[in-house]
Amino acid sequence: MNKIAIFGGGAVLLAAVGVGAWMAFPRDSADRFAGCSETNAMSASIGGPFTLVDETGRTVTDQDVFTEPSVIYFGYTFCPDVCPLDNWRNAEAATLLEGEGVSMQPVFISVDPQRDTPEVVADFTDVFHPRMLGLTGSPEQVDAASKAYRTYYRAHDAEEDEFYLVDHSTYSYLVLPEYGFVEFFRRDVSAEEMAERVACFVEQA
Amino acid sequence: MQTNLFAACAALCLGALTSGAQAHDYKVGSIIIDHPMAFETAATARAAGGFLTLTNTGDTDDRLIAVRADFPRMELHTTIEEDSIMRMMQVEAIEIPAGETVALEPGGFHVMFMGLDGDPFEVGEKVPATLVFEQAGEIAVEFAVESRGGAAAMDHSGHGGDHGHGHSHDAHGHDAHGHDMTN
Repeated sequence: MNKIAIFGGGAVLLAAVGVGAWMAFPRDSADRFAGCSETNAMSASIGGPFTLVDETGRTVTDQDVFTEPSVIYFGYTFCPDVCPLDNWRNAEAATLLEGEGVSMQPVFISVDPQRDTPEVVADFTDVFHPRMLGLTGSPEQVDAASKAYRTYYRAHDAEEDEFYLVDHSTYSYLVLPEYGFVEFFRRDVSAEEMAERVACFVEQA
Repeated sequence: MQTNLFAACAALCLGALTSGAQAHDYKVGSIIIDHPMAFETAATARAAGGFLTLTNTGDTDDRLIAVRADFPRMELHTTIEEDSIMRMMQVEAIEIPAGETVALEPGGFHVMFMGLDGDPFEVGEKVPATLVFEQAGEIAVEFAVESRGGAAAMDHSGHGGDHGHGHSHDAHGHDAHGHDMTN
């Protein structure tokens, strides 16, 4: 049962990325970033509008969030192992880019709105980077944002066990204010490589 | 250096007989436990992961079957990655075959401290816990809480990847004094 769900989720994700390569992305944009992309995932089919709640409890849209180049990660704060590792990597990339005069905003979007209140995501993101933005929302808002980015998540026994775990996909997504989603990063990409690729996109934009 | 460490440990450990806060490794039976540690958490964090490296110097396979500590729930977990989806799940035990080293490290096996509610892990804190091995028995250890970005974390980055055979002996061999006292 679990396995089917996971493979299903993975298949959807891979299909989305595969389709992404085919989808019509404005040709000049594709050309513009051709030298930067490792994944050729630039696509209008990943990303898009969302409404979420920020660290202060304010309702925000993608327009409010993406005022600068941003790298988004979908995870949950009860996850003490992989999520911190991945968010630390994204924060490190932001710090490396700062050193080169490039501003990149790391963004953490919770897929566990039941436990991740605005206060909890604020605390969680502060550990990694002063500019990391934490977002959460209603279950419906979070689900819509996750679907927009084709991410997968599934909570186990959330109603019976307060210490429940959540399976989730671990891609990070680069979003540019003028262009939307342009690139994704697997979790084995280093902070250095991420910084290099982000800088390339930002320079070409 | 050795003398200093020995003196420090002698002073601290002799009376208390607790596993030395100075030492980064411990030994019980044939099992060497290298550097139990955890990363600092957010103030409102409800869970934390604990990491360490286990070396079985004996001829008999062993298993880490439990970690006890003063938290609402303690579990052994592993993380499995399938199609870039991470699943963290509980495991009954962690096998430590004879003669081998097993690392509990980020992205893989870890100790899960659950129910931190209101008492986060802070850098410099030592979190007491008891490791329970099927063959070697029990030993009290302390998980050192470290910063993710600090020098300690950088030094400790060897905890991931190929950190294993030999390293603990080479780098922390001087702590052997601690073993004698904590056994």
